[in-house]
Amino acid sequence: MWTYIIVGITFALYIGIAIWTRAGSTKEFYVAGGGVSSLANGMATAADWMSAASFISMAGLISFMGYDGAVYLMGWTGGYVLLALLLAPYLRKFGKFTVPDFIGDRYYSNTARTVAIVCAIIVSFTYVAGQMRGVGVVFSRFLEVSIEMGVVIGMIIVLFYAVLGGMKGITYTQVAQYCVLIIAYMVPAIFISMALTGNVFPQLGFGSTLNDGSGVYLLDKLDKLNTDLGFAAYTDGTKSVIDVFAITFALMVGTAGLPHVIVRFFTVPKVKDARKSAGYALIFIAILYTTAPAIAAFARTNLINTVSNKPYNEMPEWFRKWEQTKLIKFEDKNGDGIIQYVKDKEANELTVDNDIMVLANPEIANLPNWVIALVAAGGLAAALSTAAGLLLVISTSISHDLIKKQLNPNISEKGELLYARLAAAGAVVVAGYFGINPPGFVAAVVALAFGLAAASFFPAIIMGIFYKRMNKEGAVSGMIVGMLFMLYYMLKFKFGMFDGGKEAVEGLKDGWWFGISPEGFGTVAMVANFVVALIVSRFTPAPPESVQHIVEDIRIPRGAGTAHAH
Amino acid sequence: MAEKNLQQYWKKNLNYLFILLGVWFLCSYGAGIFFKDALNNFKIGGFKLGFWFAQQGSIYIFIIIIFAYVSLMNKLDQEFDVHED
Repeated sequence: MWTYIIVGITFALYIGIAIWTRAGSTKEFYVAGGGVSSLANGMATAADWMSAASFISMAGLISFMGYDGAVYLMGWTGGYVLLALLLAPYLRKFGKFTVPDFIGDRYYSNTARTVAIVCAIIVSFTYVAGQMRGVGVVFSRFLEVSIEMGVVIGMIIVLFYAVLGGMKGITYTQVAQYCVLIIAYMVPAIFISMALTGNVFPQLGFGSTLNDGSGVYLLDKLDKLNTDLGFAAYTDGTKSVIDVFAITFALMVGTAGLPHVIVRFFTVPKVKDARKSAGYALIFIAILYTTAPAIAAFARTNLINTVSNKPYNEMPEWFRKWEQTKLIKFEDKNGDGIIQYVKDKEANELTVDNDIMVLANPEIANLPNWVIALVAAGGLAAALSTAAGLLLVISTSISHDLIKKQLNPNISEKGELLYARLAAAGAVVVAGYFGINPPGFVAAVVALAFGLAAASFFPAIIMGIFYKRMNKEGAVSGMIVGMLFMLYYMLKFKFGMFDGGKEAVEGLKDGWWFGISPEGFGTVAMVANFVVALIVSRFTPAPPESVQHIVEDIRIPRGAGTAHAH
Repeated sequence: MAEKNLQQYWKKNLNYLFILLGVWFLCSYGAGIFFKDALNNFKIGGFKLGFWFAQQGSIYIFIIIIFAYVSLMNKLDQEFDVHED
């Protein structure tokens, strides 16, 4: 009941903003007229960035991974340093509307532009399918509608404010969505932190002693709880050092190469605002990202304390309820009526889904119903905000980079705007289709998106800014090699495509190159891109003088106009 | 604006980047990954130090790095007269 009310209120808010921000020009549709304050942009970027995965799944993932969860915590925040220092200010000075715009103009080639368009669309579509699915899942868990219906409702809402307001509509709804999602995330976290450790700040509670009078530190207790059951100590993790390094690096660099994140920095008025708004974005992101590992530790402690070696019929209310959704499963293998939750696969009787750690948190902490409703609204806010950002990239790639810049340069402003809206609508429908019929590998495919961005865009943009001599032949070969290399490794080691399919994947792990997982391989593919690009550019002509002047010009802040059409 | 000045400006910019990215690398990959086991011998409150860098500390440092960069560049822009408005 509460859920309908709270979710309904948030949706009404988004729709209201959409109407207020209708876009009247391509500049408004693509870059929100270039007038977004760095603070608002920071908040919008944070919401755009934090997807359903960040909100729902990440804390759960970390609680099962322990120390290894740091790959996500550092990987998904460290990229903002790269954005702020190496990308945002220069791209803002460049003054274009999209990433393929930059690639196409900097490398004076429509081939480069097209390769960039293809990369942008692949990366964004893979990512957005996961979001729409996430919307459907939240709806089905909390609002008692089918997943399909949930996806459709989500599609309609996004369609409305994306098609009507373009980047402007999306930006301000994202600001609202950030507020919703951060409150929804923090409220249960604060309550649980107080209950478990007496500390109102989860970040501090994470490192403090338990509230039960024992004086034992939470993390020490958790290490022991884990090792007693055969799991690795929570603060140790299980991945190899090189894999942790590779995955973290791929995620950081991938972050800085994602088109839907980069494009946010085109919307601020000045170069110095671009630098600052990356900082603000990180602050807003960090509020959630420093809370998540705390929630992870609290949830894991609570879970083990509640279920391990306890009789099944003494399990609390929340256990029963979530059993029905199949997110938690008990199989009494030894018939003793007691739950054995252990590492050893043979003896283990309990299967727990990642997502429960956040979704069931409010119930585990005995919080009132409206908090649960808030979590639903927060999850939806996270998914919708990210979906919208991605859809805009797809739509502008088509209307601006493909049609206006290549196929039909004489198209009028009104015509381009119309195509942008049609493309946005089309992209929503396709994304919705994938949300309803997800290819079985949605989560894996989001990891692929990061690897692709790391392997294709990041090197091309970095070299475009910092290395005047990088020419179109080098950049294009680098991007293509990086992309193909990444795709190959992913298809082989994540999907087992060349060795008989999914069943083969486990056995292939010994064959990982350098001991690096597919999630970490973006780092290697990125290096390949740089190497190939540098070699090829040596043997091919330098860029024309005019382009070299462009590069010199983007290094100077003064003269950054409002982002303009060309 | 003298050509030489712009080259100087760019050089200083790159210097800042080197230093700040060095810190970025050290606090995350250094303290949080490569040296985490050694650092775990020390504790800060209930946190083993390496673990703290990896799951919390590096994030705070990232924020500081970005704002340090913003402040340094604002000053540099003024000094070389390339600032906006």
